[in-house]
Amino acid sequence: MNDFADAFSLAGEMLINLDAGLMEIVSLSLQVSFTAVLLASFIGLPLGAAVALFRFPGRTLIIVVLNALMGLPPVVVGLMVYLVLSRAGPLGVFGLLFTPEAMIIAQILLITPIIAALTRQVVADLWQEFEEQLRSLGAGPLRALPTLLWDGRFSLITVILAGFGRASAEVGAVMIVGGNIDHVTRVMTTSIALEVSKGNLALALALGIVLLTLSTSINGAAFIIGENNKKNHVQ
Amino acid sequence: MKTISARPSILPLKLNNIEFKADGVRLIKDFTCTFDQGPRSVIIGPNGAGKSLLLRLCHGLIMPSNGQITWAHDPHTKQAMVFQRPVMLRRSVTANIDFALKLNHVARSDRTNIIDDVLSQTGLRRLADKPARVLSFGEQQKLALARAWALKPEVLFLDEPTASLDPSATHSVEQIINAIHAQGTRIIMTTHDLGQAKRLADEVLFIHRGRLLEKSLAKPFFEQPKNDLAEAFVNGDLLWWRLGKDNQGEDSKRRHTR
Repeated sequence: MNDFADAFSLAGEMLINLDAGLMEIVSLSLQVSFTAVLLASFIGLPLGAAVALFRFPGRTLIIVVLNALMGLPPVVVGLMVYLVLSRAGPLGVFGLLFTPEAMIIAQILLITPIIAALTRQVVADLWQEFEEQLRSLGAGPLRALPTLLWDGRFSLITVILAGFGRASAEVGAVMIVGGNIDHVTRVMTTSIALEVSKGNLALALALGIVLLTLSTSINGAAFIIGENNKKNHVQ
Repeated sequence: MKTISARPSILPLKLNNIEFKADGVRLIKDFTCTFDQGPRSVIIGPNGAGKSLLLRLCHGLIMPSNGQITWAHDPHTKQAMVFQRPVMLRRSVTANIDFALKLNHVARSDRTNIIDDVLSQTGLRRLADKPARVLSFGEQQKLALARAWALKPEVLFLDEPTASLDPSATHSVEQIINAIHAQGTRIIMTTHDLGQAKRLADEVLFIHRGRLLEKSLAKPFFEQPKNDLAEAFVNGDLLWWRLGKDNQGEDSKRRHTR
């Protein structure tokens, strides 16, 4: 129980004092996760919408694969990215292994299927509602794609948050491809894992509390903004 | 609002021996008819007669299983449709109309005037900046009409546009329909509200179980329908058919009862 008390006290102290080490880790964590979510959204949102709107051979297989990839094990993704980015790998020449960029790549691979699969469902539901009207106005699936992404923006905020949740909480992949190098690739989750292995549970818990606070604040803010807008537009 | 003019007419619209099947069941059967310029056509018939399906076929949302639907010229962008249930995007009243105009490649400089014009004509100007989906059902249906009207269609299909509206909203919608017609748009609509059909129709098409049973001018139709089922429908009798032979292409035994 002392660990919990110490952890809360330490977390509060670090946050109040804006501890330089903590800020560096938090900053890198947010930078990696936000970049990964942004890039995964650029890929996943149109991909999911396209699968929802277009009919083509193999579509069902793609839907099944996307849904299955939502549960992709992070360590497997980490290992694959490691092999591709390692010196002997096809992209080894770029020297990306053990850099924040490698962590971003791994997180993109992890969360793009989540964003794409959930977007497909949101857009498929909207298409069912709007198809006749949009076709009547002269909009086929291609024109409907940006329209429905915009129309589904309130639901898609939740989809993006799900991706962010996965990215910010992920440890296996970033540990493998980032290496948890101090001042270079150390993020909150890998720091927590390290401190636990060192037996420094109070610091690990304190970092956990910071991570939870940040994650809850970001999700809460996005939820409130989305809900307020949703009310104005009536679902 | 400018009237429709100086464009090659897309009419007549000809339906030649149209058949539409779904899951092997013939829902529209041997349907032949011509819609020429001029009158307001009202398609009436009991529920399940195929009225909405017929409008969707004419509008091009679905393709016939057999037969041909032909227009005098390419109808693209010159015909519009308003559905029974208005479907609005999650954006403002103005943005919903603007979206339709953009899809029809109307220049940005013209769009503002057109939107102002249709919102005034439909009494929606005060709601211009409101999110469309917070409007009442009746207001949304008026907005759907305004959106279609903004496109200046030569032919406007209306699928039971007042089906869920109260008398006051129905009156407003009928006034808008009359205004659209007065400016040169050919109205082809469905309803099973006989009062509305009498108020709006110049010609009536009576369909039952996917067949056109009678097409005539409104006045003689309502005074003395030629078809016995049409007569029963106009008299407010219940219509029912014995199922069975009809799917094999023969007339089912027809009955009506009070």
